[in-house]
Amino acid sequence: MLGLLVCWAPGSGAEYADVVLNKRSDKEGVRPVIYPHWFHRIRFQCRVCHGELGFVMRVGATDVTMDEISQGRFCGACHNGEIAWSVENCDLCHSGKPGLPTGIKGGHQTTGPGLW
Amino acid sequence: MRKRTTPYFECALLTLALGWSAVVMAQNWRKLESDGLHDPGSEAVKVLQDPAEAMSQLPPDTAGNKVDWIRALQGGYIKPRSALRGEKEYEVLDGDVLMNIGGSTPAVLFPHKPHTQWLDCKNCHEGLFQSKAGATPITMEKILQGEYCGVCHGAVAFPLTECNRCHSVRQMDAIKRVRGTP
Repeated sequence: MLGLLVCWAPGSGAEYADVVLNKRSDKEGVRPVIYPHWFHRIRFQCRVCHGELGFVMRVGATDVTMDEISQGRFCGACHNGEIAWSVENCDLCHSGKPGLPTGIKGGHQTTGPGLW
Repeated sequence: MRKRTTPYFECALLTLALGWSAVVMAQNWRKLESDGLHDPGSEAVKVLQDPAEAMSQLPPDTAGNKVDWIRALQGGYIKPRSALRGEKEYEVLDGDVLMNIGGSTPAVLFPHKPHTQWLDCKNCHEGLFQSKAGATPITMEKILQGEYCGVCHGAVAFPLTECNRCHSVRQMDAIKRVRGTP
């Protein structure tokens, strides 16, 4: 019975709507970015990032570079040391396991079709 | 002959098992360090907020993030900003759209209100969806492939396993509503 319950414990798995961004990270020798969508929607309505900031509603579709972020575009519109931590904190965003493919991770009750 | 274990031992085992199952049931969210995505050696797992800390405070749901995001917003549990700095005016449209009338599954009721409390009209119109009812060739197959409703549902909004949340109106009632008959 104990064994059964141990098996029933949640295994490893990302939170629903965690986004992995790894278009350039691996090539540049840094960890992929893990973007927690759920964390950000608590603070901002969709319209802010997917309107004002210009993020396309499709993972990987917006070409974001660190240069642009440092200039205050995309993530850098908030992550500037004023609204949220600044770009010097590389490891807080670049925090994924090396080699993870870009995509959105589903968790509970869906394995999700793979086109995101 | 096998030696019989004492009832005390069995009771202890059962208590332990029930206690463990309670812990497991309460734990809906994984910790960052063991989520399979974050590098456990990264500074982030020590600094960033764990999902449970943020979402256990919000109205519960059974799927996705296990948070009822609409109730969280409408009930004032969260107050996400409408603009990067300060607030901006936005249009909340309180209009329901019935779709899939005459289909083999219950009709779809799309409520504009909860969608426009998060999104601008232009997030969906005229790109993902034409404003004219019936002008967009939506199919479940396309949705499951991440198109139309599937751009968000199955990715960041409640997952596509929750059929009845969209397919929520009996065909008979949908037809009556469209015809305007009681």
